[in-house]
Amino acid sequence: MRLFAREVRLSLRHGADTLAVLLFFVLAAGLFPLAVGPEPALLGRLAPGTIWVCALLAALLPLDRLFGADFEDGSLDQLLLSGLPPSLIALAKAAAHWVTTGLPLLVVAGPVAIMLRMPPAALGPLLVGLLPGTLTLSLLGTAGAALVIGARRGGVLLPLLVLPLATPVLIFGSAAAGAPLTGSSPRPELLLLTALFLLALPLCPLAAGAAARAAAE
Amino acid sequence: MLEVRSVAALRGDHLVFADLSFRLEAGAALVLTGRNGSGKTTLLRLIAGLMPCAAGEVLWAGEDALADLSGHGLRIAYLGHQDALKLGLTATENLAVWARVRKDARAAAIERALGAVGLQDLAHLPVRMLSAGQRRRVAIARLLLSGAALWLLDEPTTALDAASVARLGELTAAHRAAGGMVIAATHLDLPLAGAAEFSLS
Repeated sequence: MRLFAREVRLSLRHGADTLAVLLFFVLAAGLFPLAVGPEPALLGRLAPGTIWVCALLAALLPLDRLFGADFEDGSLDQLLLSGLPPSLIALAKAAAHWVTTGLPLLVVAGPVAIMLRMPPAALGPLLVGLLPGTLTLSLLGTAGAALVIGARRGGVLLPLLVLPLATPVLIFGSAAAGAPLTGSSPRPELLLLTALFLLALPLCPLAAGAAARAAAE
Repeated sequence: MLEVRSVAALRGDHLVFADLSFRLEAGAALVLTGRNGSGKTTLLRLIAGLMPCAAGEVLWAGEDALADLSGHGLRIAYLGHQDALKLGLTATENLAVWARVRKDARAAAIERALGAVGLQDLAHLPVRMLSAGQRRRVAIARLLLSGAALWLLDEPTTALDAASVARLGELTAAHRAAGGMVIAATHLDLPLAGAAEFSLS
């Protein structure tokens, strides 16, 4: 718990990180009307996918520093000697990542969706889907970040590692938000998203913890 | 208490050392010496459980210490090459994460530890504004807050002035008087009275 507080405090002290994530998200989503034109019907059809892709990419931004900073300044050794199981350390990091990126993204996703002329009926499934979706992205990202600790081109490697793993989240998330546009129910997709989250919840911290311990060698 | 029994360590395919053995009783100190690259840091990390043994075993009170790595970490206070401090946080905030002290006693314990390294007046400054020697002293204060029995010190005197080295000597002496153990890898002479010397060569 104290570890979680530490991570959040560190992120907030470097508050620019969270702000950069949000700005990236809003700007990237704002590029779509410029590129595909301002026609509301077209934008509305594209909106669920646009928001999901932008959220996914924005969530990747701060991952590089998640373990990297601790590895470089020696804090990782201290974390591993703290008496906590490494998987719990990874879980605290994932939770802090979600609080400082996933949660703010969830908050601004609504206004951005309205900006993109998304039909109001799709707004609910979008936001409900983003909740387990961003949680899963934080968990996957933590595992990816732990795997590239100490790698020389870790920043480049990380998206290559995480993006393929994140595709199911992207597919079901944007399908859920797009379901009301075709008149079908978003329920199956939302349940699948929740299942993905429940699957990642134990697996990703275990993988990340093992990777962090291996990296300390 | 601590027994290292014919351990060996590999770095990639390179054998750093092999067949090292020594014992350390409560209150004892050991100084590791040896030229650069002789494996002093590797040995310290191996004892801490941060690196696996290629062969041999590390025993704590007669039992395999590395079987439960998380539990073993609680016995260890490790002062590495790096100070492991977050530059944006103050000295107090940095230490608060690591202090193994009950919450209500934490603030007082941190103040005491910073006082012991002579930094009580700088406690509220971001570590970014401290000199290299002062940062090292914050890292030393973390040893005091760890409550760990075994201090592993890797070049602890780096960037310290003579007065701070003497103070570190007093702190290690107090730690040993309370039944603690110290293993230090050092080129310089850290004042460790009656410490055994172990040469890696």
